[in-house]
Amino acid sequence: MAIVHDVIPPFQLYQPASVDEALDLLDARGQDAWALAGGMDSFDWLKDRTKRTSVVVELGQIAELQGIRESGGGFEIGAMTTLTAVAEHAGIRERFSVLAEAAELVASPQIRNQGTLGGNVSQDARCWYYRRGWHCYRAGGNICYADTPTAVNREHAILGADRCVAVSPSDTAPALIALDAQMVIRRKGAERIVQAADYFRGPDIDITRMTVLEPGELLTAIRIPATWAGARFYFEKVRDRQVWDFPLVNVASAIKADGGRIADARIAVGAVAARPLRLQAVEQAIAGRPLGDETAAMAAELAIQGAVPLRHNAYKVPLMRNLVRRAVRGGPMGATT
Amino acid sequence: MSQTTVSRRNFIKGVIAGSVAVSSAAYLFRGSPLLSGQAARTGGVERLLTLTVNGQARRVDVAPQETLANTLRYKLGLTGTKLGCDRAECGACTVLVDDVPRYACSVLTHAVRTKTIVTIEGLAAADGTLHPVQQGVVDEQGFQCAFCMSGFIMAAVGYLKKHPDPTREELARGVSGNLCRCQDYDKILTALHRGAALSRGVARG
Ligand SMILES: Cc1cc2nc3c(=O)[nH]c(=O)nc-3n(C[C@H](O)[C@H](O)[C@H](O)COP(=O)(O)OP(=O)(O)OC[C@H]3O[C@@H](n4cnc5c(N)ncnc54)[C@H](O)[C@@H]3O)c2cc1C
Ligand code: SF4
Ligand code: FES
Ligand code: FES
Repeated sequence: MAIVHDVIPPFQLYQPASVDEALDLLDARGQDAWALAGGMDSFDWLKDRTKRTSVVVELGQIAELQGIRESGGGFEIGAMTTLTAVAEHAGIRERFSVLAEAAELVASPQIRNQGTLGGNVSQDARCWYYRRGWHCYRAGGNICYADTPTAVNREHAILGADRCVAVSPSDTAPALIALDAQMVIRRKGAERIVQAADYFRGPDIDITRMTVLEPGELLTAIRIPATWAGARFYFEKVRDRQVWDFPLVNVASAIKADGGRIADARIAVGAVAARPLRLQAVEQAIAGRPLGDETAAMAAELAIQGAVPLRHNAYKVPLMRNLVRRAVRGGPMGATT
Repeated sequence: MSQTTVSRRNFIKGVIAGSVAVSSAAYLFRGSPLLSGQAARTGGVERLLTLTVNGQARRVDVAPQETLANTLRYKLGLTGTKLGCDRAECGACTVLVDDVPRYACSVLTHAVRTKTIVTIEGLAAADGTLHPVQQGVVDEQGFQCAFCMSGFIMAAVGYLKKHPDPTREELARGVSGNLCRCQDYDKILTALHRGAALSRGVARG
């Protein structure tokens, strides 16, 4: 990564005070405009000059995008709420601990103090070829540098690859999927609500974007429905270093049991594919089965069906299998910082 | 050092504070005209800001794309805030924004224009009495080259505001967003932990 103590190339900066004002700006400036939340993903692109923008719309002054509100037994979390605020929120810790746990394992304290939940689920791929500015598929070119015989692809995908083998880097994404969260998306004059699992896009649908957000749109809030409150949760993130590091694989689950049997389950895995994967086949297969090692082992084997490792990331297959097994079996949560 | 010798640090500070600030900024930013007092571009934010830094109102001309670290170091002469990686990966630039530790290299100055900013220069009392965490570092001689020191101290001071009585392990997690190239973590933790005790009014000695 280039270390240049230099200023970011110039852009016009707008600091709207309301969502409507921000949407007007994004609508007027279209593709030119870059929405800026905490900037923990954005600044790298702009400093490295691998992406440029002429207009930045900074969302930090908009009060209505901040904070966590009770809503029908669940919560509505403003997109600009920091990861620290999510991790420390008493109600989220009590009812939806899987999300607090995931937020607390992101990056470092300072990054969590500034990085937002909305930014965390909207961040771009971390493939270093792409971030270095190589003109690969994701950057609009016609080759994947991470999928060549000499490529360094230890962190890349084992599932769902289509030309691009980058992975979803977000730690909160699997937790939000496990909670059936809803993403509130607004553009000038319109609002739509997308299920968390459908918010993320794979390269088969759009190779240049990680989410369904279109130019002119803002993610304004993330709603956690009451559905899974108090369920048995599990979150685990495996990474090389105990701080500052993206997941090699992460897993989130929510399980409701009834008389020792699994009544309903959600399981999502991150950093194995370009989008965080909800494992619906596994959820269906374990429904009605007894909680315990046997069901967990079955779920784990099923989860990795179809995995295709690259040269340097075969380790991710058993890692994902074991994390899914633990997520179904339960027990104390995994790695913590 | 004799009284008449001008240290490099003081010379640079003098240049920044003085009337030749524009040329010094142009030097630091490789001749870029962006930070050297150009008229505001049409549209967008007003460049002239009044920032609250270390209890003072500081009037300063800030480019829209300027980071807080650059404003502090090169516009306000507060060079105690260090730049290590400039990529949110080392913690050397940590300052407090409304009492919360943030990486100054990775925040736009305009984004914190209404907030209260405290840097390492703002910790000591007006009479020069060190902040307890600074005193802890002096007592324990916590650092080697100390390039990472102001970042660590700011991270610790921010952490202690919310968690005044941490275990050594908890404090380690609290300052886990800071790296030390000299690998002096053990002594750093001892020093910061002592700083925590001093902050709670535990007597020295
Ligand atoms: C050193 C380092 C380590 C990291 N480690 C981890 C990690 O371990 N796990 C992890 O999950 N992440 C990690 N990250 C990434 C970082 O935590 C997330 O990127 C952060 O949460 C992003 O939030 P932000 O508000 O700073 O995003 P920004 O950089 O402001 O935004 C990210 C992207 O989303 C868009 N965006 C943001 N908010 C909105 C919105 N409301 N509506 C529409 N678009 C929006 C922006 O336009 C931009 O393209 C790391 C980052 C760094 C620099
Ligand atoms: S994995 Fe995707 S982002 Fe990385 S080089 Fe290949 S196409 Fe580009
Ligand atoms: S200089 Fe800001 S984190 Fe390294
Ligand atoms: S003491 Fe040298 S970098 Fe920490």
